[in-house]
Amino acid sequence: MTGSPPVLTMTGISKTFPGVRALHDVDFRLFPGEVHALMGENGAGKSTLIKVLTGVYEIDAGTITLAGEQVAFTGPMRAAAAGVSTVYQEVNLCTNLSVAENIFIGREPRRLGAIRWGEMRRRARELLARLDLDLDVTAQLGTYSLAVQQMVAIARAIDVRARVLILDEPTSSLDAGEVAQLFRIMRQLRDQGIAILFVTHFLDQVYAVADRITVLRNGTLVGEYRTGELPQFSLVEKMLGKELDVLERLDEQQKRTVAVRSAAAPLVDAAELGRRGAVAPFSLRIHAGEVVGLAGLLGSGRTEVARLLFGADRADHGQVTLDGGRVSLRSPVQAIDRGVGFCSENRRAEGVIPELSVRENMILAMQAARGWLRPIPRRRQDELVERYVKALSIRPADPELPVRNLSGGNQQKVLLARWLITEPRLLILDEPTRGIDVGAKAEIQKLVLELSDGGMAVLFISAELEEVLRLSHRVAVMRDRTMVAQLDNDDALDADGVMRTIARGAGSGEAIR
Amino acid sequence: MNGVADRFRRLTGHRLFWPALVLVAMIAANAIHRPGFLSIEVKNGHLYGTPIDILRLSAPLILVALGMTLVIATGGIDLSVGSLCAISGAIACLYISEAPDQNSLASVFTALALAVGAALVLGAWNGVLVAVIGIQPIIATLILMVAGRGLAQLVTEGQIITVNSGPYRAIGLGHVLTLPLAIVIALAAALLVAAFTRRTALGLIVESVGGNAEASRLAGIRSSRTVFLVYVVSAACAALAGFMMTANVSSADGNAAGLWVELDAILAVVIGGTSLAGGRFSLGGTILGALLIQTLTTTVYAMNISPQTSLLFKAVVVIAVCLIQSPAFRATLTRRRRGGAPRPELRQREKEQVPA
Repeated sequence: MTGSPPVLTMTGISKTFPGVRALHDVDFRLFPGEVHALMGENGAGKSTLIKVLTGVYEIDAGTITLAGEQVAFTGPMRAAAAGVSTVYQEVNLCTNLSVAENIFIGREPRRLGAIRWGEMRRRARELLARLDLDLDVTAQLGTYSLAVQQMVAIARAIDVRARVLILDEPTSSLDAGEVAQLFRIMRQLRDQGIAILFVTHFLDQVYAVADRITVLRNGTLVGEYRTGELPQFSLVEKMLGKELDVLERLDEQQKRTVAVRSAAAPLVDAAELGRRGAVAPFSLRIHAGEVVGLAGLLGSGRTEVARLLFGADRADHGQVTLDGGRVSLRSPVQAIDRGVGFCSENRRAEGVIPELSVRENMILAMQAARGWLRPIPRRRQDELVERYVKALSIRPADPELPVRNLSGGNQQKVLLARWLITEPRLLILDEPTRGIDVGAKAEIQKLVLELSDGGMAVLFISAELEEVLRLSHRVAVMRDRTMVAQLDNDDALDADGVMRTIARGAGSGEAIR
Repeated sequence: MNGVADRFRRLTGHRLFWPALVLVAMIAANAIHRPGFLSIEVKNGHLYGTPIDILRLSAPLILVALGMTLVIATGGIDLSVGSLCAISGAIACLYISEAPDQNSLASVFTALALAVGAALVLGAWNGVLVAVIGIQPIIATLILMVAGRGLAQLVTEGQIITVNSGPYRAIGLGHVLTLPLAIVIALAAALLVAAFTRRTALGLIVESVGGNAEASRLAGIRSSRTVFLVYVVSAACAALAGFMMTANVSSADGNAAGLWVELDAILAVVIGGTSLAGGRFSLGGTILGALLIQTLTTTVYAMNISPQTSLLFKAVVVIAVCLIQSPAFRATLTRRRRGGAPRPELRQREKEQVPA
């Protein structure tokens, strides 16, 4: 494999944004027929490197050589035409167009200017068959799941006779089966001689599929390694640039027990709460200082539970008691009023206000609760913001930067800060660690533990069972939009146990309460 | 560090640099064409001169554009402001014309109060359509844009109502402290709106709703209330502008008053650097935009450009302003001149861009 010359070489790449040095003198190479993982924390420069390569940004210094020729693409379309295709984390397709149209948009097969629809559908079917997908190519893309849409995006990318395929966190919204399918496709494409650049935050996935790893840290190159020669542990160290004490300490932490859950009345008591078409009626109690994990597959109704408890959607069944008093959660305003906070899993659409500054994003929930007639004095804003920028080590630590200039993990921290500033009694975290790096992940996990020790109730939703088990006192299991079990997180419970419950549904021996 | 170049770059990078430059250039062109253009003289203790006229005539547009800025910042648009000008002007003139003493301050103030009240109700109607029922702003306000002309006709019974009232006339042509009253009113309204948005958290909330409505709702902001409010404010501003327009000519014409002012107002907002997609807004920019448009109109008359070509002339200048404001366009120009390899602008920056 290494015998052949690299298909892509990037040398001495530097890129600076106002206030941020995103890349500094980075080298990167890619061989045909390999899966190459690009690793690094949030803000390490992975996305910037990709965008520089595909011509979204222009480089300040350095050269890019593709198949022996120096190139400087003026945009993703040009890059794709030259054989460098990208599939982004968020699917950038048009859900209102058909599958075939999405694959061929912008380069439809034509005759005399008119689109040859039959030809287009036939070729779309062929491409999808190459990926082992059996879809109706005339159906609207929006009728398929996010995972399928991702596959369609890949189909679109490989059609352009790709030599280099860039997958930017393709797995962050896929479940285990879909990830396996994606990996099969990746290996297949690799064997056809395509060079695949793979960005992910899941370390296991790197070791499952990557041949080679390049690590970036703070915009500089740490090194390039063969996957077999770099143990997982050293990979993490190289990404973080420090010893793994934070993570280790978390791992050593004992199982959290049910000790906190006393005879005291619960803080939140949802009785038979439900909403038709979203989630079947469920009952859930959360005590002050308790972390309840919500486990289940993608689409099992985890987010829907959170939205009902926050009033983001209206329940049409059951009731909620908060602190002994019955509340009607018709909108988030009522929930926030009573001390509930909610970090949505969909950071971009439901979280940050991109053009507002870090400071404004942080104080938004508190300001909303005070009403517009009582602005938070600027000095108080600065105090709060400074405290949380420091506490959550948000980078870059400039509160006046528009939040869209921050990396995903740092945006997530800004959102966390937004709610922490309101000092909620119940904090609902929906996938707070998805798509962010190990370092930030450990920090957020540690924070959840501290908050619950301080008496805050937390509803913690995550697709990663290990994380749920590490943090929760109790685990509620969702399956097919029904809460099938609530398990005490004692020594007997492990990931397998939860997995079995998810697989089996209600009625398993462990499902008590 | 190259301090001067750095400062220059920061200056040209300011979003109001280019509109301000165009305004200055236009004034300079006028001054060269007609040397007396810039002269201001004092007659009877009042200031007179073309610059003062421009300020006075731009007052209604500034008012309408102020309200429009807030509406656009929430991601909406208000097409009904022109009709609202006509309705409020018609109501005020109708009441005054039927008053026993047209010069009595009491009847003038009653007339203004009645007209503002009607405008508030109509603004609330817009607000309900957009914020409560959820109709797209452009359609929701189109209803009143069209129907409002009919309402104004109903009020005036299809006639042009003329009034002969000193106090009412003063709104358009009077003076206080040597300055035309219209400028003072517009300035006061601007300060009021600025205080209203920047001294409270309203500005932040408006920008937040315009930036991402769903995220704002989940942060506990009552988005629909805010949206409702901006349409009411916009209607109130339009009513004030309607008084000035009708007071200028001492008559209310349901058909002509405020005709197409909504388009000028949208243009002023956009030139002022507020994105039509909503989010960040700039009141100062809007005022600058309104002044630019009025100066342009005055220039067209002052330079004796024939009426047939005046609209075309205006269009060319507006296109030039919009283009020169766009970093993507400026980058294209610079590239051409330097002959370097074509490079794309950042995608993100394009999104911030103003041009409609």
